[in-house]
Amino acid sequence: MAVKYSFPDILAFGDTGYGDELAWGALTTLEIAVLAYALGLLIGTVGALGKLYGSRLTRTILNGYTTLVRAVPELVLILLLYYAGTTALNALLDSIGIGSVAINGFAAAVFVLGFVQGAYSTEVLRAAILAIPIGQLEAARSFGMSPWLEFRRITLPSLLPFAIPGLGNLWLIVTKDTALIAVVGYSELALSTRQAAGNTKMYLTFFLVAGAIYLAITLVSQQGFGWLERRLRRGQRLHA
Amino acid sequence: MTIETAKFIAKAVILSLLGAIALLAVYWLFFASSWSWLPNYLPLLAWGFYYTVLLLVVSSVLGMILAVPIGLVQVTGPAWLAFIARWFCTIIRGTPLLIQIWLIYYGLGSLFPLIPELRQSFLWPVLREGIFYAMLAFTLSFAGYEGEVMRGAFLGVPRGELEAARAFGMSPWKVLSRIWFPRAVRQVLPTLAGETVLQLKATPLAFTITVMDLMGVTSKVRQDTLRIFEPLMLLAVIYMCLTFVIVWGFNRIEQMVPQKR
Repeated sequence: MAVKYSFPDILAFGDTGYGDELAWGALTTLEIAVLAYALGLLIGTVGALGKLYGSRLTRTILNGYTTLVRAVPELVLILLLYYAGTTALNALLDSIGIGSVAINGFAAAVFVLGFVQGAYSTEVLRAAILAIPIGQLEAARSFGMSPWLEFRRITLPSLLPFAIPGLGNLWLIVTKDTALIAVVGYSELALSTRQAAGNTKMYLTFFLVAGAIYLAITLVSQQGFGWLERRLRRGQRLHA
Repeated sequence: MTIETAKFIAKAVILSLLGAIALLAVYWLFFASSWSWLPNYLPLLAWGFYYTVLLLVVSSVLGMILAVPIGLVQVTGPAWLAFIARWFCTIIRGTPLLIQIWLIYYGLGSLFPLIPELRQSFLWPVLREGIFYAMLAFTLSFAGYEGEVMRGAFLGVPRGELEAARAFGMSPWKVLSRIWFPRAVRQVLPTLAGETVLQLKATPLAFTITVMDLMGVTSKVRQDTLRIFEPLMLLAVIYMCLTFVIVWGFNRIEQMVPQKR
């Protein structure tokens, strides 16, 4: 049976087209990206503070983490952590008598991408904290602020303008890195596109559409980060 | 509980966790892992290494050659060329490399058989191989990222130097080849090592279009022997070594360029 497909109809929602599959894939991609980014920021904040103020042991561990993650391809890390993580978790659960569980692909994707992002966020945030004039932090301390108050009132608001360009880049990287999850077989935008393309043999159409969706995410995010940076920099002197 | 005791407990917990992980890793490496497959796959791994390096070198060199005009026309070219170059960079940098690779391999690849004359031509053996699609995709990708960098570098050359060159009566071509281009290249040199490492870290994606690079060989080992960790660990170590070689090599090149500090 030869089915003839045509361009706009193939993207219809419902049984006749792949519009809903692609939309679902795009939503999954965004969900993975947002959660992995948040996890990466959390790791990055702890990592940056640890690298700057931690003991020598903490610094050594964190240096090992960032060097390793940045020297090994994301794809290899994702495969390693995906398999190693699931095996280790199952071994752990086995040993305490719960028995093995099927690892949720979504959670694994978020964890793995967040772990990779954490290394990059650590470096971005560390550089941003170093860019704060030291006098401001000393002033905060001399007012008797506790470390937490100092971080919340002084460090965080003054590091953000320095960090936003780097963090914006990291967001763009994580939205694109979600496509790597397709290789381990979790169905997000890239994999659902590939399946749709394989089913219909309309490779060019589907990959162009997927590319357009990713591009739209990127362009909207760039606008968003531009607005955020202008807002965070309000009151700062514009240097030529 | 004082802060000191809390710190001590936290340190003890982290240290014992790390110790346990290290012990497990050593135990795995010496007792649980199996490397008996390795000698059989050494020739294949050598080929994989060759394809990975070939892909990296070809795409970086060709991509850099493409990036120079892409950067230049955005700074000084006619508006329509600048427009095209800018959108090329935006599209390359705004979409995942995996999608670009698949678009070129499956998309372009599905168009070629529609032209019957191509089947008889000398190009056909080339057009069947995944590696050539990979080279095309990686070259375009590197050109997109590096074109943006080159644009910044051309902009970063002090205006006075270019004006001085023109005042000496140099032709536009001579200004470019003697002053503008060498100064711009010197500016991007420190970032080039990082960009090349990023490119190296992207090459394993080629295995998704049947290229037998290091990653492709690794996944073949995994399918044949059902060993998951050993080949992946080996792969991670090889990529780390390659990363350090690239960083070291670019450091050497940078030191050769005389610079006032």
